[in-house]
Amino acid sequence: MNIHIRGGRLIDPANGMDKHTDLFIAEGKIVGAGDTAPERFTAHTVLDATGCIVCPGLIDLSARLREPGFEYKATLESEMAAAAAGGVTRLACPPDTDPVLDEPGLVEMLTHRARLPEFAHVHPIGALTVQLGGKKLTEMAELAEAGCVAFGQANQAIVDTQVLLHAMNYAATFDFPVWLQAQDPFLAQQGVAHDGEVAARLGLAGIPVAAETIALATLLQLARETGVRLHVTRISSAAGIDMIVAARAAGIAVTCDTAVHYLHLCDHDIGFFNPHARLDPPLRAQRDRDALRSGLASGAITAVCSDHTPVDDDGKQKPFSEAEIGATGLELLLPLTLKWAQEMQVPLLTALARITSDPARIMGVNAGRLDAGLPADICVLDPSADFHVTRKNLKSQGKNTPFLGLALPGRVRYTLIDGYLAYNGTS
Amino acid sequence: MTLTSTNRNPQLNSHGELTHLLSTEGLPHEVLTRILDTAAPFAAVAEREVKKVPLLRGKSVFNLFFENSTRTRTTFEIAAKRLSADVINLNINTSSASKGETLLDTADNLAAMQADMFVVRHAASGAPYLIAQHLATTGQNHIHIINAGDGRHAHPTQGLLDMYTIRHYKQDLTQLTVAIVGDVLHSRVARSQIHALTTLGVPEVRVIAPKTLLPSGIERLGVRVFNDMKEGLRGVDVVMMLRLQNERMQSALLPSAQEYFKSYGLTMDKLALAKPDAIVMHPGPMNRGVEIESAVADGSQAVILPQVTFGIAVRMAVMTMLAGA
Repeated sequence: MNIHIRGGRLIDPANGMDKHTDLFIAEGKIVGAGDTAPERFTAHTVLDATGCIVCPGLIDLSARLREPGFEYKATLESEMAAAAAGGVTRLACPPDTDPVLDEPGLVEMLTHRARLPEFAHVHPIGALTVQLGGKKLTEMAELAEAGCVAFGQANQAIVDTQVLLHAMNYAATFDFPVWLQAQDPFLAQQGVAHDGEVAARLGLAGIPVAAETIALATLLQLARETGVRLHVTRISSAAGIDMIVAARAAGIAVTCDTAVHYLHLCDHDIGFFNPHARLDPPLRAQRDRDALRSGLASGAITAVCSDHTPVDDDGKQKPFSEAEIGATGLELLLPLTLKWAQEMQVPLLTALARITSDPARIMGVNAGRLDAGLPADICVLDPSADFHVTRKNLKSQGKNTPFLGLALPGRVRYTLIDGYLAYNGTS
Repeated sequence: MTLTSTNRNPQLNSHGELTHLLSTEGLPHEVLTRILDTAAPFAAVAEREVKKVPLLRGKSVFNLFFENSTRTRTTFEIAAKRLSADVINLNINTSSASKGETLLDTADNLAAMQADMFVVRHAASGAPYLIAQHLATTGQNHIHIINAGDGRHAHPTQGLLDMYTIRHYKQDLTQLTVAIVGDVLHSRVARSQIHALTTLGVPEVRVIAPKTLLPSGIERLGVRVFNDMKEGLRGVDVVMMLRLQNERMQSALLPSAQEYFKSYGLTMDKLALAKPDAIVMHPGPMNRGVEIESAVADGSQAVILPQVTFGIAVRMAVMTMLAGA
């Protein structure tokens, strides 16, 4: 099947390319870009991209598909439809499923289930410790063979620093990347909101910034000690970014991401106890949000992810402190990134890099770029159309987002996965 | 500036009238004053032979207590009965919630029993807001909610009865220095007092506590923070004591009740630093010898029992205003 994407503005951050030209796809792979078709190329399908941006499919470093175990919250089918509708063609899923992704068989089952043409490429993040319990190492080599691209703990901390040291050392033996959240479990105990004025006013138990910086200091010290490839997930504070920058200057090769909602929200968005604003890490102060916004622009923060966490209504229709944590995000990653780019006047080339080539590098996959010969994972988006965040428009089974009711810039027109038209937003 | 939160206060309708009482925060000065003014004649009702007025006859008031409380529930019950309402008491932690029913299912079920008013106490901050929003989205706006204490967040009728008490003894609030002493971190009472005091124009509101019992950012609520009780009590007109829970010692916030009493317990000696005519308040129940010395609690400056009496009048006022009676 040959596809000709015609008349679009091709943005390929990895190659620094931003120009109006066509893209040609054959047998699921990119053949090349140019104003004329390659020799002997006959298009079976022509996709009109007039007025649209044609870029690599989005790569999401954290999307919970809720399988296995939480099918009442979401299924592979519903969340893959959401991914395609959001222009996401490749994603990493955290190990906090039920059972936990700590056995090769489970990982194989998941990747096997996800192997449908209209489904995004799924890369499980293996559990670093058995049951995420922080005590016993998982069979990382086996898990890697089964398809895990990295090892992590989802939102669970490894409390015992000796176990953490061993886990990092063992991962470093095989050069496996370790993706960890920096949050001290003791300082975060019972906390549900950023420890500041808003929490004081609403009477919510606070999580201080020190919960992030203390855990981050531990992670960075042990990364230096072990030489492990450390990726810090969901940085939430200005102080945390400063530490990452300082660590890099000191020669520690650390990458980090934040989730896209943190670019737009702060603790004030909790409003009158909006359970959709119950997130982990918590929405922090306005100055933290501003630091995240400029940190992502400067590259201090390497990539932005959706941290997609579908939660059913029953889980959210509760008092703030009892509500389940998380927000749906696969369909908001692109529009919220574009909104940030517009507001911060970040060039599209940079903005799109943060959701394509940069996360690809962290994931260690040869993707997120439009090189000839690579699988045709493509997103065609209309930057001038709005995406209205409504329960009906969201394909994810999770309708839980603090952005409900807003119109956000950028609508996906087509999503191609291995050259397969996984989403057609024109029909 | 925020992207998603609305500034609409869920306890006021589009005409600025009170539809629920959820917090003293965001209540306009005139609404606060009107509640206190409305309470005054009800205080007189209590002095009469027949203590009932027919203002809420035929109305059903449901006391929804998801957290144990005898005292507060009783005062709401008395207030409702003096207004001739029918009162139904539900201790939910011993009924539905233990059977797994959600908060909103419970609310819906009671709404279906033609409730007119919910008096809600819940251990989670914001629980009454959730019910209020749910009632609004399901078109049940005729049911009014009174927050009888939610987590650490608010206890507005307590805050209001405290204002009534201060006004009763001190008349002009705009000349006063008021000190709130104790576990502000965990106190919904303190938060409701602070918002009411600042809204009513009290020029200096102090909080006195060790650093472990103060939430960060508390000064942004418009209070002056004192860690030294003697310094904080100097020259104040009103001392509002807070209750100290025993759990605070277990969670490493305080070493012992004895040491707490030494530094932050109200004794006659410390009270002598306040103005000679200063009044002493406490929301009850008191821990004698922990936050307050018996000599003070039973002394001439204490107005702790009048607080309880005024509390009924203030709750009658709130119920009457909500019912539009």
